[in-house]
Amino acid sequence: MTFNLTASPDFSPDHIAGWYVFNTWLQRKLDVRIHLELYDSFEAQRKAIEDEKIDLIYANPYDATMLVREKGFRAIAAPMGKGDEAIIAVLDEGPVKEIEDLKPGTRIAATDDPDVNMIGRIMLEPADLNANNVELKTVDSYAIVAKRLLRGEADVGFFLKEAYGNFSPVVRKQLRPLVTSQIHVIRHVLLVGPRFSPNYGEPLCHALMAMNTEAADKKVLDALGLPGWDKQTQEDTEFMIDLMDTLKF
Amino acid sequence: MKDMEVADVAGRPYREVVHRYFDGTTRRLLIVDEEVPFPEGKLIVSRTDTQAIITHGNQSFVDMSGFSQEEIIGQPHGILRHPDMPAAAFADVWATLGRGDTWQGYVKNLRKDGRYYWVFATAIPNIRDDKVVGFTSVRRKPSRTKVNECTALYAKLLAEEKKQ
Repeated sequence: MTFNLTASPDFSPDHIAGWYVFNTWLQRKLDVRIHLELYDSFEAQRKAIEDEKIDLIYANPYDATMLVREKGFRAIAAPMGKGDEAIIAVLDEGPVKEIEDLKPGTRIAATDDPDVNMIGRIMLEPADLNANNVELKTVDSYAIVAKRLLRGEADVGFFLKEAYGNFSPVVRKQLRPLVTSQIHVIRHVLLVGPRFSPNYGEPLCHALMAMNTEAADKKVLDALGLPGWDKQTQEDTEFMIDLMDTLKF
Repeated sequence: MKDMEVADVAGRPYREVVHRYFDGTTRRLLIVDEEVPFPEGKLIVSRTDTQAIITHGNQSFVDMSGFSQEEIIGQPHGILRHPDMPAAAFADVWATLGRGDTWQGYVKNLRKDGRYYWVFATAIPNIRDDKVVGFTSVRRKPSRTKVNECTALYAKLLAEEKKQ
Protein backbone atom coordinates (compact mmCIF):
# COMPACT_ATOMS: atom_id res chain seq x y z
CA MET A 1 0.00 0.00 0.00
CA THR A 2 1.21 3.53 -0.78
CA PHE A 3 0.32 6.32 1.62
CA ASN A 4 0.05 9.99 0.68
CA LEU A 5 1.89 12.86 2.34
CA THR A 6 1.24 16.55 1.80
CA ALA A 7 2.22 19.86 3.36
CA SER A 8 0.22 23.02 3.89
CA PRO A 9 0.65 25.24 0.80
CA ASP A 10 1.88 28.11 2.98
CA PHE A 11 5.36 26.64 3.52
CA SER A 12 8.25 28.66 2.15
CA PRO A 13 9.05 27.90 -1.55
CA ASP A 14 12.69 27.58 -0.42
CA HIS A 15 11.76 24.31 1.28
CA ILE A 16 9.97 22.50 -1.55
CA ALA A 17 13.03 20.28 -2.10
CA GLY A 18 13.13 19.72 1.68
CA TRP A 19 9.76 18.01 1.63
CA TYR A 20 11.00 15.53 -0.97
CA VAL A 21 14.09 14.88 1.17
CA PHE A 22 11.82 14.41 4.21
CA ASN A 23 9.61 11.98 2.29
CA THR A 24 12.62 9.87 1.30
CA TRP A 25 13.80 9.85 4.93
CA LEU A 26 10.31 8.90 6.10
CA GLN A 27 10.08 5.92 3.74
CA ARG A 28 13.50 4.63 4.83
CA LYS A 29 12.73 5.02 8.53
CA LEU A 30 9.32 3.36 8.39
CA ASP A 31 9.97 0.98 5.53
CA VAL A 32 6.77 1.97 3.81
CA ARG A 33 5.87 3.57 0.48
CA ILE A 34 4.77 7.18 0.71
CA HIS A 35 3.92 9.50 -2.15
CA LEU A 36 4.42 13.25 -1.65
CA GLU A 37 1.89 15.53 -3.31
CA LEU A 38 2.25 19.29 -2.86
CA TYR A 39 -0.76 21.43 -3.72
CA ASP A 40 -0.66 24.97 -5.09
CA SER A 41 -3.63 26.19 -3.08
CA PHE A 42 -5.56 25.50 0.10
CA GLU A 43 -8.61 24.83 -2.05
CA ALA A 44 -6.87 22.07 -4.02
CA GLN A 45 -5.50 20.55 -0.81
CA ARG A 46 -8.92 20.60 0.89
CA LYS A 47 -10.42 18.83 -2.12
CA ALA A 48 -7.79 16.07 -1.72
CA ILE A 49 -8.61 15.82 2.00
CA GLU A 50 -12.31 15.66 1.21
CA ASP A 51 -11.62 12.87 -1.30
CA GLU A 52 -9.69 11.02 1.47
CA LYS A 53 -6.48 11.01 -0.56
CA ILE A 54 -4.29 12.18 2.35
CA ASP A 55 -2.72 10.01 5.09
CA LEU A 56 -0.03 12.30 6.48
CA ILE A 57 -0.15 16.07 6.49
CA TYR A 58 1.83 19.03 7.79
CA ALA A 59 -1.16 21.30 8.33
CA ASN A 60 -1.83 24.75 9.64
CA PRO A 61 -3.92 24.85 12.86
CA TYR A 62 -7.02 25.98 10.99
CA ASP A 63 -7.05 22.87 8.81
CA ALA A 64 -5.72 20.70 11.66
CA THR A 65 -8.88 21.45 13.63
CA MET A 66 -11.02 20.21 10.76
CA LEU A 67 -8.81 17.13 10.20
CA VAL A 68 -9.04 16.08 13.86
CA ARG A 69 -12.74 16.80 14.29
CA GLU A 70 -14.11 15.62 10.98
CA LYS A 71 -11.58 13.25 9.47
CA GLY A 72 -10.24 11.28 12.45
CA PHE A 73 -6.66 12.56 12.14
CA ARG A 74 -4.29 12.72 15.12
CA ALA A 75 -1.60 15.38 15.57
CA ILE A 76 1.69 13.81 16.66
CA ALA A 77 4.32 16.55 16.34
CA ALA A 78 4.78 20.29 16.00
CA PRO A 79 7.80 22.19 14.67
CA MET A 80 10.08 23.17 17.53
CA GLY A 81 9.92 26.88 18.42
CA LYS A 82 8.10 27.85 15.24
CA GLY A 83 4.81 29.71 15.64
CA ASP A 84 2.55 30.99 12.86
CA GLU A 85 2.76 34.74 13.08
CA ALA A 86 1.23 37.33 10.78
CA ILE A 87 2.16 40.85 9.72
CA ILE A 88 -0.15 43.62 8.57
CA ALA A 89 1.98 45.87 6.38
CA VAL A 90 1.44 49.13 4.54
CA LEU A 91 3.38 51.16 1.99
CA ASP A 92 6.23 52.80 3.91
CA GLU A 93 5.58 56.27 2.52
CA GLY A 94 1.82 56.01 3.13
CA PRO A 95 -0.08 58.03 5.75
CA VAL A 96 -1.16 55.11 7.99
CA LYS A 97 0.98 55.00 11.13
CA GLU A 98 -1.03 52.64 13.33
CA ILE A 99 -3.94 50.21 12.99
CA GLU A 100 -6.36 52.73 14.48
CA ASP A 101 -5.68 55.10 11.51
CA LEU A 102 -7.43 52.65 9.16
CA LYS A 103 -10.99 53.50 8.16
CA PRO A 104 -13.99 51.56 6.81
CA GLY A 105 -13.48 50.83 3.13
CA THR A 106 -9.82 49.84 3.69
CA ARG A 107 -8.56 47.76 0.77
CA ILE A 108 -6.84 44.56 1.92
CA ALA A 109 -4.68 42.27 -0.19
CA ALA A 110 -4.29 38.74 1.19
CA THR A 111 -3.66 35.16 0.11
CA ASP A 112 -6.07 32.33 0.92
CA ASP A 113 -3.97 31.30 3.97
CA PRO A 114 -6.66 30.79 6.63
CA ASP A 115 -4.39 31.30 9.68
CA VAL A 116 -2.82 34.50 8.47
CA ASN A 117 -6.19 35.87 7.41
CA MET A 118 -7.73 35.01 10.77
CA ILE A 119 -4.87 36.65 12.71
CA GLY A 120 -4.94 39.62 10.32
CA ARG A 121 -8.67 40.06 10.84
CA ILE A 122 -8.19 40.00 14.64
CA MET A 123 -5.45 42.61 14.43
CA LEU A 124 -7.80 44.93 12.48
CA GLU A 125 -10.50 44.79 15.18
CA PRO A 126 -9.11 47.72 17.21
CA ALA A 127 -9.87 49.91 14.14
CA ASP A 128 -13.50 48.67 14.11
CA LEU A 129 -12.83 46.92 10.82
CA ASN A 130 -14.51 43.64 9.95
CA ALA A 131 -15.54 41.59 6.92
CA ASN A 132 -18.53 43.88 6.34
CA ASN A 133 -16.67 47.16 6.04
CA VAL A 134 -13.42 46.28 4.24
CA GLU A 135 -12.61 45.38 0.64
CA LEU A 136 -10.72 42.08 0.61
CA LYS A 137 -8.88 40.99 -2.52
CA THR A 138 -7.53 37.43 -2.42
CA VAL A 139 -4.44 36.80 -4.55
CA ASP A 140 -2.26 33.77 -5.23
CA SER A 141 0.92 34.59 -3.32
CA TYR A 142 2.52 36.91 -0.77
CA ALA A 143 4.65 38.35 -3.60
CA ILE A 144 1.43 39.50 -5.28
CA VAL A 145 0.16 40.93 -1.97
CA ALA A 146 3.37 43.00 -1.82
CA LYS A 147 3.00 44.01 -5.48
CA ARG A 148 -0.55 45.27 -4.84
CA LEU A 149 0.69 47.43 -1.97
CA LEU A 150 3.58 48.81 -4.03
CA ARG A 151 1.23 49.68 -6.90
CA GLY A 152 -1.20 51.42 -4.54
CA GLU A 153 -3.90 48.86 -5.34
CA ALA A 154 -4.28 47.93 -1.64
CA ASP A 155 -4.02 49.91 1.60
CA VAL A 156 -2.83 47.01 3.75
CA GLY A 157 -1.54 43.51 3.12
CA PHE A 158 -1.72 40.38 5.27
CA PHE A 159 1.53 38.40 5.32
CA LEU A 160 2.87 35.28 6.97
CA LYS A 161 5.78 36.71 8.99
CA GLU A 162 8.19 34.16 7.51
CA ALA A 163 7.16 35.06 3.95
CA TYR A 164 7.56 38.78 4.67
CA GLY A 165 11.04 38.13 6.06
CA ASN A 166 11.97 36.33 2.83
CA PHE A 167 11.27 39.39 0.62
CA SER A 168 14.29 41.15 -0.84
CA PRO A 169 15.60 44.19 1.06
CA VAL A 170 14.43 46.35 -1.86
CA VAL A 171 10.81 45.25 -1.36
CA ARG A 172 10.96 45.37 2.45
CA LYS A 173 12.35 48.92 2.34
CA GLN A 174 9.23 50.10 0.52
CA LEU A 175 6.87 48.41 2.99
CA ARG A 176 6.32 48.90 6.72
CA PRO A 177 4.86 46.41 9.22
CA LEU A 178 2.00 48.12 11.04
CA VAL A 179 1.57 45.31 13.53
CA THR A 180 3.17 41.89 13.97
CA SER A 181 1.44 39.13 15.88
CA GLN A 182 3.22 37.52 18.84
CA ILE A 183 0.84 34.68 19.55
CA HIS A 184 3.38 31.81 19.83
CA VAL A 185 0.76 29.12 20.52
CA ILE A 186 -0.67 28.87 17.01
CA ARG A 187 1.55 26.57 15.01
CA HIS A 188 1.53 23.96 12.30
CA VAL A 189 1.28 20.29 13.27
CA LEU A 190 2.07 17.00 11.61
CA LEU A 191 -1.01 14.79 11.58
CA VAL A 192 -1.54 11.14 10.76
CA GLY A 193 -4.76 9.87 9.25
CA PRO A 194 -6.83 6.81 10.22
CA ARG A 195 -5.24 4.50 7.60
CA PHE A 196 -1.68 5.41 8.57
CA SER A 197 -1.98 5.88 12.32
CA PRO A 198 -2.53 2.31 13.67
CA ASN A 199 0.70 0.78 12.32
CA TYR A 200 2.94 3.76 11.68
CA GLY A 201 1.81 6.57 14.01
CA GLU A 202 3.96 5.64 17.01
CA PRO A 203 7.09 4.60 15.04
CA LEU A 204 6.88 7.90 13.16
CA CYS A 205 6.54 9.83 16.39
CA HIS A 206 9.66 8.16 17.85
CA ALA A 207 11.63 8.80 14.65
CA LEU A 208 10.63 12.49 14.60
CA MET A 209 11.56 13.05 18.24
CA ALA A 210 15.04 11.58 17.66
CA MET A 211 15.59 13.51 14.44
CA ASN A 212 17.69 16.33 15.86
CA THR A 213 20.06 13.98 17.64
CA GLU A 214 21.70 12.42 14.58
CA ALA A 215 23.80 14.33 12.07
CA ALA A 216 22.24 12.75 8.98
CA ASP A 217 18.70 13.36 10.22
CA LYS A 218 19.60 16.95 11.12
CA LYS A 219 20.36 17.59 7.45
CA VAL A 220 16.78 16.58 6.64
CA LEU A 221 15.52 19.04 9.25
CA ASP A 222 17.76 21.75 7.77
CA ALA A 223 16.22 21.11 4.38
CA LEU A 224 12.79 21.72 5.93
CA GLY A 225 14.01 24.80 7.78
CA LEU A 226 13.11 23.28 11.16
CA PRO A 227 15.29 22.82 14.27
CA GLY A 228 13.38 19.70 15.35
CA TRP A 229 9.97 18.46 16.41
CA ASP A 230 8.07 18.78 19.69
CA LYS A 231 5.79 15.93 20.69
CA GLN A 232 2.13 16.87 20.35
CA THR A 233 -0.04 15.18 22.97
CA GLN A 234 -3.77 14.68 22.65
CA GLU A 235 -4.28 17.42 25.25
CA ASP A 236 -1.98 19.80 23.29
CA THR A 237 -4.21 19.23 20.29
CA GLU A 238 -7.41 19.68 22.27
CA PHE A 239 -6.03 22.94 23.65
CA MET A 240 -5.10 24.15 20.18
CA ILE A 241 -8.59 23.34 18.93
CA ASP A 242 -10.14 25.20 21.89
CA LEU A 243 -7.94 28.16 21.08
CA MET A 244 -8.85 28.12 17.39
CA ASP A 245 -12.52 27.95 18.39
CA THR A 246 -12.20 31.15 20.41
CA LEU A 247 -10.44 32.92 17.54
CA LYS A 248 -12.97 32.03 14.86
CA PHE A 249 -15.53 34.29 16.53
CA MET B 1 -8.36 36.10 48.02
CA LYS B 2 -5.89 38.30 49.86
CA ASP B 3 -6.64 41.99 50.34
CA MET B 4 -4.57 44.33 48.22
CA GLU B 5 -1.78 46.13 50.04
CA VAL B 6 -0.55 49.69 49.68
CA ALA B 7 2.82 48.36 48.49
CA ASP B 8 1.01 46.81 45.47
CA VAL B 9 0.17 50.20 43.91
CA ALA B 10 3.82 51.34 44.09
CA GLY B 11 3.12 54.91 45.17
CA ARG B 12 0.38 55.64 42.66
CA PRO B 13 -2.70 57.53 43.87
CA TYR B 14 -5.52 55.09 44.63
CA ARG B 15 -9.06 54.82 45.93
CA GLU B 16 -10.04 52.06 48.32
CA VAL B 17 -13.02 49.83 47.58
CA VAL B 18 -14.32 46.82 49.49
CA HIS B 19 -15.63 44.49 46.82
CA ARG B 20 -18.21 41.82 47.60
CA TYR B 21 -18.08 38.69 45.41
CA PHE B 22 -21.03 36.49 44.43
CA ASP B 23 -20.15 33.96 47.16
CA GLY B 24 -20.41 36.64 49.86
CA THR B 25 -16.66 36.99 50.45
CA THR B 26 -15.08 40.43 50.36
CA ARG B 27 -11.71 41.82 49.31
CA ARG B 28 -10.14 45.20 49.88
CA LEU B 29 -9.13 46.66 46.51
CA LEU B 30 -6.88 49.63 45.89
CA ILE B 31 -7.98 51.09 42.58
CA VAL B 32 -5.62 53.16 40.45
CA ASP B 33 -7.45 54.96 37.65
CA GLU B 34 -4.77 54.39 35.05
CA GLU B 35 -5.09 52.18 31.97
CA VAL B 36 -2.32 49.86 30.84
CA PRO B 37 -2.46 49.50 27.04
CA PHE B 38 -3.14 46.06 25.58
CA PRO B 39 0.13 44.68 24.15
CA GLU B 40 0.15 45.12 20.37
CA GLY B 41 -0.17 41.90 18.32
CA LYS B 42 -0.55 39.65 21.38
CA LEU B 43 -3.25 37.40 22.77
CA ILE B 44 -3.86 36.89 26.46
CA VAL B 45 -4.72 33.24 27.07
CA SER B 46 -5.76 31.56 30.32
CA ARG B 47 -7.59 28.47 31.42
CA THR B 48 -9.53 27.68 34.56
CA ASP B 49 -11.00 24.54 36.04
CA THR B 50 -14.77 24.18 36.44
CA GLN B 51 -14.57 26.12 39.73
CA ALA B 52 -13.00 29.12 37.92
CA ILE B 53 -9.59 28.52 39.49
CA ILE B 54 -6.80 29.60 37.14
CA THR B 55 -4.82 26.56 35.97
CA HIS B 56 -2.79 27.96 33.03
CA GLY B 57 -1.84 31.35 31.67
CA ASN B 58 0.45 32.40 28.84
CA GLN B 59 3.20 34.98 29.32
CA SER B 60 0.96 37.84 28.15
CA PHE B 61 -1.64 36.83 30.73
CA VAL B 62 0.97 36.84 33.49
CA ASP B 63 2.57 40.10 32.30
CA MET B 64 -0.74 41.98 32.04
CA SER B 65 -2.02 40.71 35.38
CA GLY B 66 0.98 42.19 37.15
CA PHE B 67 1.31 39.00 39.22
CA SER B 68 4.05 36.42 38.88
CA GLN B 69 3.18 33.02 37.40
CA GLU B 70 3.46 31.46 40.88
CA GLU B 71 1.13 34.07 42.40
CA ILE B 72 -1.63 33.87 39.78
CA ILE B 73 -1.91 30.12 39.14
CA GLY B 74 -4.30 28.58 41.62
CA GLN B 75 -6.14 31.85 42.27
CA PRO B 76 -9.86 32.30 41.54
CA HIS B 77 -10.44 34.08 38.23
CA GLY B 78 -12.27 36.76 40.24
CA ILE B 79 -8.87 38.12 41.29
CA LEU B 80 -8.89 39.98 37.95
CA ARG B 81 -12.34 41.41 38.48
CA HIS B 82 -12.46 45.20 38.43
CA PRO B 83 -15.13 46.79 40.64
CA ASP B 84 -16.27 48.93 37.66
CA MET B 85 -17.58 45.73 36.03
CA PRO B 86 -21.24 45.07 36.80
CA ALA B 87 -22.19 41.72 38.32
CA ALA B 88 -24.68 41.25 35.46
CA ALA B 89 -21.83 40.96 32.94
CA PHE B 90 -20.22 38.10 34.86
CA ALA B 91 -23.54 36.39 35.50
CA ASP B 92 -23.95 36.35 31.72
CA VAL B 93 -20.48 34.81 31.26
CA TRP B 94 -21.17 31.89 33.57
CA ALA B 95 -24.74 31.37 32.35
CA THR B 96 -23.51 31.25 28.74
CA LEU B 97 -20.62 28.90 29.48
CA GLY B 98 -22.89 26.75 31.63
CA ARG B 99 -25.08 26.16 28.56
CA GLY B 100 -21.97 25.02 26.69
CA ASP B 101 -21.95 28.13 24.52
CA THR B 102 -19.24 30.64 23.65
CA TRP B 103 -19.23 33.98 25.48
CA GLN B 104 -17.79 37.12 23.99
CA GLY B 105 -17.59 40.61 25.42
CA TYR B 106 -15.55 43.58 26.55
CA VAL B 107 -14.04 43.38 30.03
CA LYS B 108 -12.17 45.83 32.25
CA ASN B 109 -9.65 43.79 34.23
CA LEU B 110 -7.88 44.65 37.46
CA ARG B 111 -4.11 44.27 37.80
CA LYS B 112 -2.15 43.46 40.89
CA ASP B 113 -0.93 47.07 41.00
CA GLY B 114 -4.49 48.46 40.97
CA ARG B 115 -4.31 49.70 37.38
CA TYR B 116 -6.61 48.27 34.71
CA TYR B 117 -6.65 46.99 31.12
CA TRP B 118 -9.51 46.50 28.69
CA VAL B 119 -9.85 43.35 26.62
CA PHE B 120 -12.16 41.84 24.03
CA ALA B 121 -12.62 38.38 25.54
CA THR B 122 -13.87 35.10 24.14
CA ALA B 123 -14.47 32.23 26.55
CA ILE B 124 -15.41 28.65 25.75
CA PRO B 125 -16.00 25.50 27.79
CA ASN B 126 -13.29 22.84 27.38
CA ILE B 127 -15.07 19.62 26.62
CA ARG B 128 -13.25 16.28 26.98
CA ASP B 129 -15.10 12.97 26.61
CA ASP B 130 -18.41 14.88 26.61
CA LYS B 131 -17.64 16.51 29.97
CA VAL B 132 -16.81 20.14 30.72
CA VAL B 133 -13.40 20.05 32.38
CA GLY B 134 -12.67 23.77 32.44
CA PHE B 135 -12.80 26.98 30.48
CA THR B 136 -10.43 28.74 28.09
CA SER B 137 -10.46 32.49 27.72
CA VAL B 138 -8.64 34.34 24.96
CA ARG B 139 -8.44 38.13 25.09
CA ARG B 140 -7.49 40.38 22.23
CA LYS B 141 -7.02 44.12 21.76
CA PRO B 142 -10.41 45.85 21.88
CA SER B 143 -11.69 48.67 19.73
CA ARG B 144 -11.65 52.01 21.55
CA THR B 145 -15.15 52.77 20.26
CA LYS B 146 -16.45 49.59 21.92
CA VAL B 147 -14.52 50.32 25.12
CA ASN B 148 -16.11 53.76 25.31
CA GLU B 149 -19.58 52.28 24.72
CA CYS B 150 -19.00 49.64 27.40
CA THR B 151 -17.62 52.16 29.89
CA ALA B 152 -20.92 54.04 29.70
CA LEU B 153 -23.07 50.89 29.68
CA TYR B 154 -21.28 49.24 32.62
CA ALA B 155 -21.47 52.45 34.69
CA LYS B 156 -25.23 52.51 34.11
CA LEU B 157 -25.64 48.82 35.00
CA LEU B 158 -23.47 49.24 38.10
CA ALA B 159 -25.51 52.23 39.27
CA GLU B 160 -28.70 50.17 38.88
CA GLU B 161 -27.14 47.26 40.81
CA LYS B 162 -26.15 49.59 43.64
CA LYS B 163 -29.76 50.83 43.94
CA GLN B 164 -31.02 47.29 44.50
